[in-house]
Amino acid sequence: MTDQSKISVKNLNFYYSKHQVIKNLSLEVKANEILSVFGPANSGTTTLLRTMNRMWDIIPGARMEGEVLLDGNNIYASNASTIELRRKVGIVFEIPTPLPMSIFDNVAYGPRLSGIKNKVALEEIVEKSLRMAVIWDEVKDRLHSIGSRLSGGQQQRLCIARVLALEPEVILLDRPCSGLDPVSTAKIEESLRQLKEQFTIIIVPHNVQQAGRVADRAVFLLMGDLIEEGPTAVMFANPKDKRTSDYITGRFG
Amino acid sequence: MRLNPRISQKIAKTVIWFAAIVVLVLLFSIIIYILSKGIPNITWQFLTEIPSDMGRSGGILSCIVGTLSVTLVATVVATPLGVGTAFYLTEYTHESIVTKIIRFSAESLAGIPSIVYGLFGFIFFVIYLKLGWSILSGGLTLAMMILPTIIRTSEEAIHTVHPMYREVSFSLGGTKWQTMIKILIPSALPGIATGIILGIGRCVAETAAVILTAGSALQMPVSIFSPARTMAVHFYILARESISLEKAFATAALLIILILIINIGANILVNRFVAKSH
Repeated sequence: MTDQSKISVKNLNFYYSKHQVIKNLSLEVKANEILSVFGPANSGTTTLLRTMNRMWDIIPGARMEGEVLLDGNNIYASNASTIELRRKVGIVFEIPTPLPMSIFDNVAYGPRLSGIKNKVALEEIVEKSLRMAVIWDEVKDRLHSIGSRLSGGQQQRLCIARVLALEPEVILLDRPCSGLDPVSTAKIEESLRQLKEQFTIIIVPHNVQQAGRVADRAVFLLMGDLIEEGPTAVMFANPKDKRTSDYITGRFG
Repeated sequence: MRLNPRISQKIAKTVIWFAAIVVLVLLFSIIIYILSKGIPNITWQFLTEIPSDMGRSGGILSCIVGTLSVTLVATVVATPLGVGTAFYLTEYTHESIVTKIIRFSAESLAGIPSIVYGLFGFIFFVIYLKLGWSILSGGLTLAMMILPTIIRTSEEAIHTVHPMYREVSFSLGGTKWQTMIKILIPSALPGIATGIILGIGRCVAETAAVILTAGSALQMPVSIFSPARTMAVHFYILARESISLEKAFATAALLIILILIINIGANILVNRFVAKSH
């Protein structure tokens, strides 16, 4: 792990129409760490993730102030390309959504968009990505059947594979396990630990336990305010702020 | 007074069944009546000769060609415009005064009687643009007529595509265009095709607008600048001027068969496409 900042969020304010969901938030994300951003519903966690790859652009009425830097470059600069950004910073959504096509085509979707047509190259990328997402063995015999026939947990790992196929630098995960059974959740968490070697991972966990299990560092948000941040072990053993300890111990949220 | 739920259920079931059966009987009696009167008069000669003696004898080959070519021109012109507008409304703009104006005009246009389109086509295409009574004038007029249908059905079809598909495609580095080509069009295709088929059906069946713009010439059209008589117009003239009721019924029967073929053919194409992509 290096001390280099992969993503810096500086003085971020975010509004949906007049409602402010993130309040003057600054945050550094280090390369090759797993950072969990947790908090109760409506704390701005999902919005914070979405500012990191501009996936809020299409939401009417949304407005942002402040800066988000990737490797020191402002991703909102007027000459920054959204397309390139989204290839570098992939996102896995809360609801597993395979596109209406085969497993193979789902994983090959991103590489094909960027112009890779060679069949052998695509096959390599697809296999590598599915292996990294720990789903290859379950689907290798039915790559050409449609993606939505998989179980929920498999669908979500397919979605992770689809993001990995972009060869991104950062992976954002928005409550990736919220609808999944414990076994599927364990598989996804296992694959995250392996992926950490190559990627920077930012996860909004679906509960406090997951934040404690998978992350190196944690950030606690409450109503758009950053309450506390620090190494997960320290924060969970010894929270500095009373609100953090109340939330972790389940007094609210 | 409150009815016993079992009795109200029985009454509702009876009424609903009755409605469905009445509709079924009505539709089938029309189709069967026309087919039974028409099919005996459909001969090889009827299909392969052009009309002679104002349609009293001979066939309707030139009218079949006229119908198909006017419909083809209308569909080829209206489909890209209609589907393009639908994509503009759903994907390339936010709800605004412009989208409201487009939707309102399309809805108003959909309710205008076809003879008004005919009159406009006659003044604009036939006279002002000097296209004369021709397949082109007729096709362009019909294209305007079916445009609202294609826009509305395509728009609804695009709206039913799972909104997450767009987000996923954008999040994987897709542009709007790539998302449209690879996700939205394939997913919305069955709905878009329904709109186009409805449009084709209206073109094939249209009389008033065509008579004013494509004319009612009986000879075989040789290019899109030739005047032409469509089967619907031919039927109208045969029946209205009591030229030949047998030939009129034969024409009507052939029209129904043609529309059935178009519907079945389009359904097969769409199903094959859907089967391939799933």
